[in-house]
Amino acid sequence: MELDDLYQEVLLDHYRHPRGAAPVSDRELVMEEVNPACGDHLRLAFELRDGHVVQVRHESRGCAISIASASIMAAFVEGRTPAEIRAAADGVIAMMRGESDLPADGPEDLAALAGVRQFPMRIKCATMCWHAMKAALDRQDA
Amino acid sequence: MSEPVCQCGDVPFRVGRTWNPERIRGDFPVLNQTVRGRPLVYLDNAATSQKPSAVIQAVCAYYGTCNANVHRAFHYLAAEATRRYEEVRRAATTFLGAASPREIVFTRGTTEAINLVAAGWARRHLRPGEAIVVTEMEHHSNLVPWQLAAAATGARLRFVPVTSRGELDLEALDRHLADGAARVVAVTHASNVLGTVNPVAEIARRAHAAGAVCVVDGAQSAPHLPVSVQEIGCDFYACSGHKMYGPTGVGILYGRSALLEETDPLLGGGEMIERVELEYSTWAEIPHRFEAGTPNISAVIGLGTALDYLESLGRPAIAECEGRLTRYALDLLRATPGLRVFGDAPERVGVISFEVEGVHPHDLAQFLDTEGIATRAGHLCCQPLMRRLGVPAVSRASLALYNLPEEMNRLVDAIGRAREYFRRGA
Ligand SMILES: Cc1ncc(COP(=O)(O)O)c(C=O)c1O
Repeated sequence: MELDDLYQEVLLDHYRHPRGAAPVSDRELVMEEVNPACGDHLRLAFELRDGHVVQVRHESRGCAISIASASIMAAFVEGRTPAEIRAAADGVIAMMRGESDLPADGPEDLAALAGVRQFPMRIKCATMCWHAMKAALDRQDA
Repeated sequence: MSEPVCQCGDVPFRVGRTWNPERIRGDFPVLNQTVRGRPLVYLDNAATSQKPSAVIQAVCAYYGTCNANVHRAFHYLAAEATRRYEEVRRAATTFLGAASPREIVFTRGTTEAINLVAAGWARRHLRPGEAIVVTEMEHHSNLVPWQLAAAATGARLRFVPVTSRGELDLEALDRHLADGAARVVAVTHASNVLGTVNPVAEIARRAHAAGAVCVVDGAQSAPHLPVSVQEIGCDFYACSGHKMYGPTGVGILYGRSALLEETDPLLGGGEMIERVELEYSTWAEIPHRFEAGTPNISAVIGLGTALDYLESLGRPAIAECEGRLTRYALDLLRATPGLRVFGDAPERVGVISFEVEGVHPHDLAQFLDTEGIATRAGHLCCQPLMRRLGVPAVSRASLALYNLPEEMNRLVDAIGRAREYFRRGA
């Protein structure tokens, strides 16, 4: 169990320079997710245009892992269809739970989160944004 | 006996004839290990303290020599177990400065003790429109039971705010008491986030003047300060054995006997009754009324040894030595670049919460763990206080009587390295 496995360079880069990070106003807000156990907080916004998710923004407060994961997710989902995103979300969540390997066509830089699996207490930090994304898509469908 | 000194930084000082940090550390077997290749630095004492060998041995000795149920049988072992169990009640009476062992109830811990007061006393006495005063710095276990009591009775909650120094706003307390609607004032003696020691004697006085009872959460004070419930003048006081060097699964509720007499039991069953008919029962005397079923006998006996241990070191000496170490730690932490300590109350215990610029508390705790340093991160069961502080989570180092200045040095050095570490990629 090495700290550098958890905090890989690529992960810290996403943490320092999160992709898609921007303030999300209440009007734009699509989904808000809070992990009361640790105080991580995510506000998510996007638009659906011609069946594609665009203009993805997230406002994240949390640890390095949660912010990096939201950044990796935001970069991936931009321009994709809800079906593609749901499949990717399931793949990431299964991987984080140790139920499957790194998905071959999954989000770029996802490998940077692979080390989190050795730290069970931190897995939720990495999956929260994907749960929020799925819930947001469900809400858009409804 | 050699001259005992406790080293804090460069200044040697003397607190009592028997204070000897090395010997004290030798009493705690768990401290004598390396974690991740480094000597363990245990700074999560506010969550639970470590146990001296004497306590561990007392638990074993109970099972090894006199295991039996208490208060039931006439045989030798039962008599011996009962004698030891009740001896601890007498020791706890002295430890907390209560008037009589009748005022000492063994519970599972602080949480159960406060729930007993909120459900057993407050629900019986509160009426719609009356008020329960709590504070913004309470642990969830001194807040949620009052929310439940309020919901059950129609009473309203009122909150005493926390000032920017991390102290209670006593003028706000007076405003909450002014209309005479308050029946309960529930307050923590020492904050498990800010370390602030609240003026509970003064608060109890004002509560009484307004016709309210005063309930004190002593989870973070009993292990560190001399406590006398009669000097405080509170009506109830709760603490946990496992935070004061005793086993888990046992705590103490002190209640003034007149108030315990008018408290309903939470649990019915064996031991708590006097006469049982098919349709109704009469209850045993206090405090047995509140100890239904077989109690955690081994833990109570272990707690007794923990109380002896604290008394043998001397509680004023403990408070003084921990106080010096706390000041040493605070000076170091406050001088650390990018670090902000929450709270600045002059009266405090060694519970220190802080944030480090650029490093989330969970990431910091993870980093410190790799250097064998155990700290805590999160909301620390104080979500309302986190909102007041404007942060989702904090880092916390909490001290105990076996901690050393060198360990504080290791903490701040490691924090410096953590800042560097998480700057990668910046
Ligand atoms: C101030 C305070 N009150 C209450 C509690 C609850 O104690 P226990 O979990 O032992 O019931 C704690 C412990 O975390 C505490 O710090």
